[in-house]
Amino acid sequence: MGLTQLVQQWSLGRLLAKAFGKKHARIGIYGPPNAGKTTLANRISRDFTGETVGSASPIAHETRRVRKKADIDLRSGNAKLHIDIIDTPGVATQIDFHEFVEDHGMDEDEARRRAKEATEGVIEAIRWLDDVDGVLLVMDSAEDPFTQVNVTILGNLEARKLPVVIVANKIDLAEASPATLKSAFPQHPVVPLSAGEGTNMDALYEVVAKHFR
Amino acid sequence: MAKNKNRSSTQVLATPEAAPDIHLISAEKIESMGATEKIRFILDEVVQNKILILERGLTPQEETALIEQTMREIDQESFIGIELQSYGMDHGKNMLQRVVMGGPRPRMAVIGPANLLRLVSKDNEKIVTKIVGKGA
Repeated sequence: MGLTQLVQQWSLGRLLAKAFGKKHARIGIYGPPNAGKTTLANRISRDFTGETVGSASPIAHETRRVRKKADIDLRSGNAKLHIDIIDTPGVATQIDFHEFVEDHGMDEDEARRRAKEATEGVIEAIRWLDDVDGVLLVMDSAEDPFTQVNVTILGNLEARKLPVVIVANKIDLAEASPATLKSAFPQHPVVPLSAGEGTNMDALYEVVAKHFR
Repeated sequence: MAKNKNRSSTQVLATPEAAPDIHLISAEKIESMGATEKIRFILDEVVQNKILILERGLTPQEETALIEQTMREIDQESFIGIELQSYGMDHGKNMLQRVVMGGPRPRMAVIGPANLLRLVSKDNEKIVTKIVGKGA
């Protein structure tokens, strides 16, 4: 395909998108391990397609490859947005196979394999930052929000000028404090919700439809 | 999976003789290097059980590149990754400062091997870490 054709096709795509008030966006779901990224991806996907993206687990680094659910028509009131959901592995600065053995009773070979795959998953997640149009940064609202992973990812998104919505997940937990998250990152929209229980998902869809348009 | 947890191999607090070296790296030294060179320098030091305090840390893009390279170099026998703690970028307090700075600048950072350095607490104004193992 020639350059002229490419430009024409791109322009036509933009015109059509404008005409139908609809845009296609790739939304990456990022965050530290065990923040509930896959649970959130499953919740969004189930709400609009009836299908899930992948399996979630209380064991860290359950998601070790990027998973994609394409062509979701997200609707909120009159607004709609055509999106692909990119569920990414948890980003970490350290991975120790001993934790899988000691905390979850895995045998050593399995733990080593999981740790190795987890390191590859972190690399893949970081690489995908080049290919997303916006990010849902998932944080556990029962945990300290000032983690290095949160600071680094947010800084990266700000430098790339990518729109970001912070998801204060797990508000169903007794110790959850979404207000702490809001005060920690006042420059970004924060949506408190429970992806596991499906609480406040409509508020997320409303913010996503406005923010990623 | 950066849990602040002690395990048998790293439980004993370092004695003065065995304590890891702590290197305070000047802003000039860091700024004299390109991004790739900085990451190589940091990892080469950290895998030798050194703890680095950078007067001026890394940009978020450099931090993600450091994390990416760390993942490539993790060896479950001898190197399980890094403890990296930094503040966000300094954007300047007012327009004049922003002009003088010529854009956002990284602030102080501490980086060390994950088996030796642990985060205790962190907020916008203070980072507290502790040394949990022996050096070389």
